[in-house]
Amino acid sequence: MMSSKMKTGQTAEIAGPLSANIIPNAGVAASLISKAKRPLLVVGAESTKKETNDGDVIDTAIRAMNNKKLTVVATGHLVGEFRKRGVDSANSMSLFVLGKYLSEPDWKGFDGEGSYDLVAFIGYSYYVEWLVESGLKNFANKLRTVSLDRTYQPNAQWSLGWMPVPDWKETIETIVSSLEEEA
Amino acid sequence: MGPTPFPSVGTLRNWDRTLLERYKPFYMPLCDLCCLCTYGKCDLTAGKTGACGLTMEGQQSRIVMIACCIGASTHAAHARHMLDHLMEEFGADTPLDVALNTNVEAPHVRLVCGIKPKTIGDLEEALDYIETQIVQLVAAAHTGQEGDCIDFESKAFHAGMLDHVALEVADIIQISTLGLPKGDPEAPMAQVGYGTIDKEKPVIMCIGHNVLPSVDIIDYLMEKDLFDEVEIGGLCCTAHDMSRYNKRSKIVGPISWQLKFIKAGIPDLIVVDEQCIRTDVMVQAKEIGVPVLAASEKSCLGLPDRTNDPADEVIDDLVSGRTPGALIIDPRKVGEIAVKVAMAVRKKRGDKKLVELGELSELAAPCRTCVECVRACPNNLPVMDAMTAAKEGDYTLLAELNDLCVGCGRCESVCPVDIPIISMFTKASTKDLNEEVYPIRVGRGAIQDVEIREVGAPIVFGEIPGVVALVGCANYPAGVGDVADIAEEFLKRRFIAVTSGCSAMNIGMTKDEDGLNLYEKYPANFDAGGLVNVGSCVANSHITGAAIKIANIFAKRPLRGNYEEIADYIYNRVGAVGVAWGAMSQKAAAIAAGCWRLGIPVVVGPHGAKYRRMLLGDKDKEADWMAYNARDGEKVYTGPVPEHLFYAAETKEEAIVMISKLVMRPNDTNKGRAVKLTHYIDLYKKHYGAIPDDLHLYVRRLQDIPFTMKDEIVKILDEKGWKEDHIASPDPTLLDRMVRRRG
Repeated sequence: MMSSKMKTGQTAEIAGPLSANIIPNAGVAASLISKAKRPLLVVGAESTKKETNDGDVIDTAIRAMNNKKLTVVATGHLVGEFRKRGVDSANSMSLFVLGKYLSEPDWKGFDGEGSYDLVAFIGYSYYVEWLVESGLKNFANKLRTVSLDRTYQPNAQWSLGWMPVPDWKETIETIVSSLEEEA
Repeated sequence: MGPTPFPSVGTLRNWDRTLLERYKPFYMPLCDLCCLCTYGKCDLTAGKTGACGLTMEGQQSRIVMIACCIGASTHAAHARHMLDHLMEEFGADTPLDVALNTNVEAPHVRLVCGIKPKTIGDLEEALDYIETQIVQLVAAAHTGQEGDCIDFESKAFHAGMLDHVALEVADIIQISTLGLPKGDPEAPMAQVGYGTIDKEKPVIMCIGHNVLPSVDIIDYLMEKDLFDEVEIGGLCCTAHDMSRYNKRSKIVGPISWQLKFIKAGIPDLIVVDEQCIRTDVMVQAKEIGVPVLAASEKSCLGLPDRTNDPADEVIDDLVSGRTPGALIIDPRKVGEIAVKVAMAVRKKRGDKKLVELGELSELAAPCRTCVECVRACPNNLPVMDAMTAAKEGDYTLLAELNDLCVGCGRCESVCPVDIPIISMFTKASTKDLNEEVYPIRVGRGAIQDVEIREVGAPIVFGEIPGVVALVGCANYPAGVGDVADIAEEFLKRRFIAVTSGCSAMNIGMTKDEDGLNLYEKYPANFDAGGLVNVGSCVANSHITGAAIKIANIFAKRPLRGNYEEIADYIYNRVGAVGVAWGAMSQKAAAIAAGCWRLGIPVVVGPHGAKYRRMLLGDKDKEADWMAYNARDGEKVYTGPVPEHLFYAAETKEEAIVMISKLVMRPNDTNKGRAVKLTHYIDLYKKHYGAIPDDLHLYVRRLQDIPFTMKDEIVKILDEKGWKEDHIASPDPTLLDRMVRRRG
């Protein structure tokens, strides 16, 4: 029987034969990101609508940027929000163009040093994230993908499970604090 | 005659592959399985192949092609019905009379088929060809046929090309025979909006895309002088064509209002023709106690065929409720039945016509906060929060959600306690909805040849910064206002904005502080700053037709049977971009595919990513952006313009910036490129908060730089190591055969 944590964010968006592992707790998520050599945090267009303990997802992503190993890219037009908040070092790229680049083995990344070994997504409409992670699952299957949004994303390799908003805020707080400590 | 009249499935394959070499597909499977044959289901995930050997890329492109074939078939079948019926009524020799001041009456038919039709009967050859080709395409999807994803993509392009011919055939027949506006910028104004309908009168609600049954209803109302006594309104594209036929018919709204309008109990009779109708319309009609007339063999809805029964018998059965509906497949038999039934049903319903829901707080009370409504909603709208607030008597969120709701009804279908969610949205907004009456310029149809002559040069040289076509369905990510915002951004900047279908309705549904909407603020001529409503879905052919006519009339490129050369011209010179912000259907997929083959980029909203693949360029790979200089045959780097062929944006702001970039073409003059860069830089700064970091890829020489930004941009270019004329300004072509002289 499907665990309630594996309930997808939209009714029909059920997993294919290959579906995400549930991240059991925030520590595991932080550890996944910490162990990556070149992690990329991808911040979506819904970020200003999702509250966190810092304010919203943009504020939290800015905190996460204290971890210098972590590269941050904003999709949609969201890099403008980072700039409004005085942060010029976030990268910007269309989500689906990013998906295409991540599925190309010879992509050099934002710094020209090579592609990424882990990509974490946060701040997305459910179906938008579902789609791009489907592309990566099928065409970049050596890439480790992690969904940090509040509902289970079956096309990621690792996904947080369905959880209430307060629990999700605490989970994100723990992950980002851990990344900051590492920095 | 050009080299490719009546091209077969493989004739234009090289052209497709040239484009697809630049714009490689990025697939995002909606399903990891193939379940089309009895070997399956086959798991194609992450490099696995199916029992037939098909890869995931192959399967995804196969589905894309099938979707485009469904779309093209739908338009072709629509055109066939129009042709057969109107030839019978008006005669095959009826002259084609499409637009004022126009000789090129059917640019797609001439381009693809190579024929020059004079009468509506001449179009039969074009339809025969389309039908034959679609059979070939569908056959390619059979197990054990095509296996290469790029060849499937080429076939999807072929379906798209056929689709635009079918669209054109359908629209020019109805324009020529039914007296619809003939490319007239002064086409009359009609009304659009929920509040246009006088609910006290008998209301006939026509839904779909094929106007012929509605024409008969309007004719009957005119003949019997009943127009003041009966309301006739339409939803979706039928509404557009009804207003083109008679401006007194009302456009209620786009497809997304179908369920809301019916559930409110407003119609006294529902008439469905074809395409985008609710397949549960019988259930919905039963709920409000009104009958349904189905008027197309493509959508019989399980109803008895009463086409040849005496009208009075059919009317009596429908009014008495002995039968819930009737199939009447001869459009000329619909009018009398529809009007008489609506009048009698209205009388019978009396004061109890509109659905009385009761108190919203009581309706919300059984909500168990199970979240299933949120999970069912395509936009994950906070329906559950709205119910929780409604329990406490706060209906603000319910009313807000009405503006954002796409009207699919999935929330209601999953609700375990049967809360009438859609109706509650509507009720919470009733006061505002009843006041929603907007003017709309009725669809004018084609762009006149004389207009093309006037704007050809400024478009091709880039001085009119671009043509933005806002088309398609109403599956919006954040309500109906986005499409008007996108339109106005470009109208203010003196682009040409062209529109059709549901988008053309929604563009009119926003007023400024002076109470004016875009149709009142902007002229309807095809020129800088013009807002041109061409009409229904089938009128989309006039938008791509205008691009074709620029190549033919302005540039004097031979038209008939000369697809590659014309598409190559459009791709390299005509800064047009299609925008389908709420694209939903397979028809929209086919329309987009027709744009791609002509070299016209298409931007969709986030739901458009569910078409499961994008066609994306790589702006940093110089080798991808080489073109011939037709003057000497040299292959030169032209820069990444246009950067993408099919692109989904997450937000309207992202879309606006991308549109401003996608209008750039290799042929832009320095002045034209400077104008386009001005808009791109300005919009990027506005929404992204900085100067774009890719200007070095679009500035070819110093004269391209907008004068007022010169110092700032030169500094940025220097930092990027930019060199003048590294990006060439050739007489650009992707076709070796178009080289005039070898160097």
